[in-house]
Amino acid sequence: MANKLYPDAKAALEGLLFDGMTIMSGGFGLCGIPEKLIAALRDAGVKGLTVISNNAGVDGFGLGQLLETRQIAKMISSYVGENKEFERQYLAGELQLEFNPQGTLAERIRAGGAGIPGFYTKTGVGTLVAEGKEHKDFATASGTETYILETGLIADVSIVKAWKADPYGNLIFRKTSRNFNPMMATAGKVTVVEVEELVPAGTFDPDHIHTPGVFVQRLFVGRDYEKRIEQRTVRQREPA
Amino acid sequence: MWTRDQQAARAAKELQDGFYVNLGIGMPTLVANFIPEGVDVTLQSENGMLGMGPFPFAGEEDPDLINAGKQTITELDRTSYFSSADSFAMIRGGHIDLSILGAMEVADNGDIANWMIPGKMVKGMGGAMDLVAGVKKIIVLMEHNAKDGSAKFKTACTLPLTGKGVVDMVISELAVLARPAKGAPFRLIELAPGIDLDMLKARTEGHFEA
Repeated sequence: MANKLYPDAKAALEGLLFDGMTIMSGGFGLCGIPEKLIAALRDAGVKGLTVISNNAGVDGFGLGQLLETRQIAKMISSYVGENKEFERQYLAGELQLEFNPQGTLAERIRAGGAGIPGFYTKTGVGTLVAEGKEHKDFATASGTETYILETGLIADVSIVKAWKADPYGNLIFRKTSRNFNPMMATAGKVTVVEVEELVPAGTFDPDHIHTPGVFVQRLFVGRDYEKRIEQRTVRQREPA
Repeated sequence: MWTRDQQAARAAKELQDGFYVNLGIGMPTLVANFIPEGVDVTLQSENGMLGMGPFPFAGEEDPDLINAGKQTITELDRTSYFSSADSFAMIRGGHIDLSILGAMEVADNGDIANWMIPGKMVKGMGGAMDLVAGVKKIIVLMEHNAKDGSAKFKTACTLPLTGKGVVDMVISELAVLARPAKGAPFRLIELAPGIDLDMLKARTEGHFEA
């Protein structure tokens, strides 16, 4: 077996980074983001990045760190509302932004990873998103409907956060931190994964593996996860 | 006139037993507080969860368990988790029965605009374009008029669209307008207490059948 295990984020990214590269980064909001790999990208100083990620982090955390250091040239995202520095750079024309509907973004990544160069979808028909894209009518159960062509996405490197891995790179995600991570794992020319726990080979029930190891090239265990919460909402216990 | 809670409660009357439902951020979230007795619905959160539970008790928040509004939540005995691709397969594949969401404008042909104001910082459409394109029934919960008093139910949207011809029902603090099928005209279904047809018409631009 090829060794997929690396000691830390810096070592796991060694030799993969170059200016102007495209990176996919997992997570929804701050949930399930590869926080160690993002910090290592910041420390590596690689520039002119195109980053494909549903969101852009918050000021000072997650992808917000790479915005502060001006390492990102372009974002492909569905929602970037939580980040003031993002807003400032965008309005100043320092940052390119391509909005994709969230489902279109997820499917473009899934398609890219599956070797599908394009697909037709109803999402965005009649909106700004459809401008300049091929339109095609299909017969459906509810009559003829118009669809638009969207293209698959791949990345030079995908950075992914999973809960647990085994040495073969089989991955298990936890609760809603799964989100974009499994598709991104399939769509990186090289996929680098950080996990909270490495388990011995044979520990996972093969029926329970979310991402098979074929999609994972490099792997390390992250320490001291911060896992920030954006909106801490709670309810009161009813008095006994 | 209905309060926000009453508006949400009116929207909750549209829930049917066994429905899978996606609630948007803001006022639509309140609908979860008014699910009628005997009606069992499963709430979908587009970040990858079916069977959304209430907020956690203080001290039991889990950063790996949030809803699409990035709020901490809990799971139920029916809960499943899945990827964003599977989540939007549910939404775009027509497997979700109902989506309730907010809007800045709705046109009387069913167009909806709720993601972008030209000249202002655009935060993104998130999952809204997918929801309006793929979910079986779309209910808009909104204030009847904008802050400047202009009607939000219009003859044509002036803002960039989220979806074309997709809205089935509009619930405002004044009235319920709905249509039996996409392509059909909107019709007045119900007036809020204290509102009559003339008052409604005076505050509405889009056409509807009385």
